[in-house]
Amino acid sequence: MTVADIAFYIFSLTLVTAGLFTVVARNPVHSVLWLILSFLSASGLFVLLGAEFVAMLLVIVYVGAVAVLFLFVVMMLDVDFAALKGEMTKHVPLALLIGVVILLQLGLSFGVWESSDLAMGQRQAVTPDIKEVQNTAAIGQLLYTKYIYLFQSAGLILLVAMVGAIVLTIRHRTNVKRQDILAQIYRDPAEAMELKDVKPGQGL
Amino acid sequence: MMEFFTTTTLGIALLVTGQALLVIVPLFVALAFLMYGDRKVWAAVQMRRGPNQVGVFGVLQSFADLLKYIVKEVVVPAGADKFVFYLAPMMTFVLALIAWAVIPWNPTWVVADINVAVLYIFAVSSLEVYGVIMGGWASNSKYAFLGSLRSAAQMISYEVSIGLIIIGVIISTGSLNFGDIVAAQDGNYGLFSWYWLPHFPMVILFFVSALAETNRPPFDLPEAESELVAGYQVEYSSTPFLLFMMGELLSVVLMCALISLLFFGGWLSPIPGIPDSILWLIGKMLFFFFMFAMVKAITPRYRYDQLMRLGWKVFLPMSLGWVVLVAFFAQYGAFGGAYARWAIGG
Repeated sequence: MTVADIAFYIFSLTLVTAGLFTVVARNPVHSVLWLILSFLSASGLFVLLGAEFVAMLLVIVYVGAVAVLFLFVVMMLDVDFAALKGEMTKHVPLALLIGVVILLQLGLSFGVWESSDLAMGQRQAVTPDIKEVQNTAAIGQLLYTKYIYLFQSAGLILLVAMVGAIVLTIRHRTNVKRQDILAQIYRDPAEAMELKDVKPGQGL
Repeated sequence: MMEFFTTTTLGIALLVTGQALLVIVPLFVALAFLMYGDRKVWAAVQMRRGPNQVGVFGVLQSFADLLKYIVKEVVVPAGADKFVFYLAPMMTFVLALIAWAVIPWNPTWVVADINVAVLYIFAVSSLEVYGVIMGGWASNSKYAFLGSLRSAAQMISYEVSIGLIIIGVIISTGSLNFGDIVAAQDGNYGLFSWYWLPHFPMVILFFVSALAETNRPPFDLPEAESELVAGYQVEYSSTPFLLFMMGELLSVVLMCALISLLFFGGWLSPIPGIPDSILWLIGKMLFFFFMFAMVKAITPRYRYDQLMRLGWKVFLPMSLGWVVLVAFFAQYGAFGGAYARWAIGG
C-alpha cells in the first residue's frame, strides 16, 4: 500500500462516517461540525485525484463561507428539537421514497449511460494534458477563453440574485439617526469644545 | 540510504516528519522569545519595564508562563459542550501550525512545495474562524458567544480584502506558488524590484487587514476587555487557553511571513551584490513583527461599526478596484512590465 492508498482510505472512511453523523447527530451544531469534517475529507480526496485547485476552492467556499453561515444560523435560531424529532417520524416514509427513487435514477444513469464514440471529437474545448499544464492554469484557460460568455452569464445570474435578495430585505426607515463618519473624522476640537475660565463662587 | 527516504512508504513518512519538526521546533522556540519581545516593546512604549524577573532581562518569562499554564487546573464551565470546548483551542492551534507547511524559507527549503500554496494558506486561514466560533459557543456563556460572533464576522470581512490583495500579486506573477512569487521579485534593482513598489497601496491595506484578521489591536474587539471581559477566551484556563494564545501568535507570525514573501521579496537581499539568504527572510519577519507590536502599543481600539465600515466600504472597493487596475497593467505591460513579471522573466 502506498501513502496515497492509505490517505485515500482515511479520507473516504472519514467522509462516510462524518456524513452519517451529520444526519444522526442530536445537536444541530454538532451536525454542522460533522458536515464541515465531511467537506474537508472530500477536499482531501480531490487532492489525491490531482485536482488541488478544486480541493482548495471547496475548503475556501464551502467550509470557509457557506458552513460558517450554517453554523451562525443554527447557533442563533432557537429551534425546538423535540418537536422537530417528533415530526420526523411523520415524514420518514416520504423521505425514504424520495431516497429510493433518486438511488434508482442514479443506478439507471450510471448503469446504462455511455458516451458516444464521436463525443470526444465534438467537444468544444479539449482538456489539456495534465502533465503539461497545472490544473489551475488549465481551468483558468478554459473558463476565461472558451467558456467566457457562459462564465460571465453565471456571474451575472449571481449578481441578479444578490440584488434581488437586497431589494427584498431592504427597508428604508425614517427617523433613524445615522452616523456620518466623515463628519466624525473631521470634527475639530476648536469647534467642539469651549474652555471657560470659571470664577470661584460664581459658576457659569 | 537516500533511496530509503525517497522511495519506501516508511522512509517518506520519516522524512516528512523530520522536515515538519525542523520547521515546528525553531518556530516554537522563536515564539517564546517573540512573546517576550512583544511585551517588551509594548512596555517600552508605555514607559514601563515589562517582564524583567525571570532570567537576564526577563528573557525566560515565556518559559515561566508556559510552565504556569500547564500546571494550572483546567476549568470547564457548567453546561459547556465538553467535546467542542476542548476541540476549539486544539483546532486554532493546529490550523495555525499547518499553514507553515507551504511557507518556503529559501528556494529549496519548503516542506510542501505545492502549486496552490497561496490558496492553501487562504483555505487554512478561512478555517481559523471555526476555532473562535466553536470556543465561544461551547463555553455556554453570553460574553464568550458575543465575542466569538464579533470575531467571526470580523475575520470573514477582512479575509475578503486579503484575498483580493493577494490576487493582485498572483496576477503579476502568474503563479500560486510562493517560490515563484519570490523568484518573480528578483531583479537588478535590489529592493526596488520587489512587489511593494508596484503594489504600494496594497501593502498598507494588507498590513491593516492582517491586523484585523489576527484580532490584534486596534481591531481586538473580540477580546475587548472593557466590554466582553476577554471575548471567546473568557471561560478558558490552563493549557486550552495557552493553545488559543499560541495559535493567535502563530498566525500573527504567519502574517509577517506572508507580507515578507508577497511584497518584500522573501529571502532576496535588498542590495544587489549581497547574497540572498534565509536570514533576510527572518530579518524581514522580525521587522514586521516589531511593526505589529508597535501598532498594538500606540493605537486605540476601533469601534465595531467603524471596523465593519472600514472593511466593507473602504478596503473591499479599493482592493477590488486594484485587482482590475493590475489586470489591465499586466495585460498591456504598463510601466515596463512591472506588473507582468511572468512576461519579462523576473
